[in-house]
Amino acid sequence: MDVFLTSRIASDVLGGLTNGVIYGLVALSLVLVWRSTGILNFAQGAMPMLATYVGMVTFGHYFGYWICVVIAVLVGFLIGAGTERVLVRPLYGKPEINPVVVMVGFLTVLEAVAAAIWSSTPRSLTTPFSPIDFHLSGKPFALSAFSLYQIITAVVVMVAVAVLFRFTNLGLQLRASALAPEVSRLLGVRVNRMLTLGWTLSTGVGTITAILVASNFFTGLTPQVMDGIFAFGFIAAAVGGLDSPVGSIVAGIVMGIILQFVGDYVNSNAIILVALAILIVSLMARPNGVFSPVKTRRV
Amino acid sequence: MIRVQDLTVAYGAVKALVDVTFEARTSAITAVLGANGAGKTTLLRTISGLKSPVAGSITHDGAELTLMKTEDIARMGIAHVPEGRGVIGEFTVEENLRLGALTAKVDAKQSLASQYERFPILGERRRQHADQLSGGERQILSMARALIANPAVLLLDEPSLGLAPLITAQIMATIKELCASENLTVILVEQNASSALRIADHAVVLNVGHVVANDVASVVAEDEKLRQYYLGMVR
Ligand SMILES: Nc1ncnc2c1ncn2[C@@H]1O[C@H](COP(=O)(O)OP(=O)(O)OP(=O)(O)O)[C@@H](O)[C@H]1O
Ligand SMILES: [Mg+2]
Repeated sequence: MDVFLTSRIASDVLGGLTNGVIYGLVALSLVLVWRSTGILNFAQGAMPMLATYVGMVTFGHYFGYWICVVIAVLVGFLIGAGTERVLVRPLYGKPEINPVVVMVGFLTVLEAVAAAIWSSTPRSLTTPFSPIDFHLSGKPFALSAFSLYQIITAVVVMVAVAVLFRFTNLGLQLRASALAPEVSRLLGVRVNRMLTLGWTLSTGVGTITAILVASNFFTGLTPQVMDGIFAFGFIAAAVGGLDSPVGSIVAGIVMGIILQFVGDYVNSNAIILVALAILIVSLMARPNGVFSPVKTRRV
Repeated sequence: MIRVQDLTVAYGAVKALVDVTFEARTSAITAVLGANGAGKTTLLRTISGLKSPVAGSITHDGAELTLMKTEDIARMGIAHVPEGRGVIGEFTVEENLRLGALTAKVDAKQSLASQYERFPILGERRRQHADQLSGGERQILSMARALIANPAVLLLDEPSLGLAPLITAQIMATIKELCASENLTVILVEQNASSALRIADHAVVLNVGHVVANDVASVVAEDEKLRQYYLGMVR
């Protein structure tokens, strides 16, 4: 057992899983917005980045890690809700390209604002968890207290979202508003509120993700911290299905593991190429493409 | 009671309803009849607040509806079963019903049970996805979903569309029965004039947006000119 856990294959699986849950979380947050409002949010990494700066850096002067996490997530909720209300609501029913342009522009603005306020120098967030790999019989294996924290947090968030959507009345209304807004209104569901809530939840999930990424000893927090991860999360959502929360999470985790093997056995430059290859092959298998909504929407 | 007064509704420059006035009384079925494009669906959508009128008023027991939001109108107890039924195919039968019960002040478990009792077929299929139901079963589901919140008003848009005559007759009988037992105000939009007139108390006939008849159902049913020109009923 010890020999297996410290083997190269087990290391790659564990390392891949640690990254994969992050891609899965990003994909999940993209799906939450896509399902509720039919918009592909290119600022899905940048909005949580800003919340993370506010919560973890600005409030980091006054409070400890966990209080800052709570503040950051609350700020994330506010940013998500505010963005939907102010920026996104006028875009409903407009050609699909408009939201893309607006959200890419928003991404650029947010990164510039963060750089202006906090500079682009990476900030390390002190976490309660050590990034040093555990040892078994004197050999290291690819799991640290921090990566366990990352995996467990991700799983808890995923399960919480699933429970909310599957088993609660609020989840029923969120799903109904996305699937059939007009029918939902006729049944008394406050659809506009549900759309705002979809963005709120999504940015909350995104903020937890960004905190995990930025808490990583080897990355730290920068205005661009989510850019690369957004790309992998986006590919996972596209492969797994933008309207399928479970599919996109699974795709994220599987992709994390595959890419870890690629980085280990081929070389790290091949990772992005393989990710693109996965995207292209899956898009060929689904010729409708990820950008075409399953249903025409009337929001 | 629903009172519609001088209602005018337009899509751009095209008027779909012009100066429409009528009343739908409590514990009675008011049939709204007319050919394709007469404005029947537009009328129900305007009552529900999905479409804003150009002029006129719609009141429910004295409360003005035309400035209210759809969701608030629904929460007042005005249930609208839309054209094409509007069941959510990705939801199970039970999820569809739960959605109907959500916003009402009713106990969900108990009202689910009472709908299953009233419509046993729904109880048998509660875990099935609604897109697996037949047309008649969907119609029953969408009616049950509207009724579960104990509405005061029931707006039905062509419940017989695409159904076999026997099923249509069953559904019409159910509507009649519910109207009496629940003291409902029913507005029944139909192209199938003969089956609607069989159960209706009152009838309003629309022709390209204008009211051409507004009378007791039996009078409308016997009017040769109406039957021939507007209702497409031949003896
Ligand atoms: N969304 C819309 N945009 C433009 N015109 C519309 C729209 N909906 C309806 N109309 C027009 O308004 C008029 C009335 O339509 P409405 O759907 O109310 O008729 P209807 O009596 O329900 O017909 P049917 O029996 O075919 O359902 C028609 O001339 C129709 O073309
Ligand atoms: Mg119609």
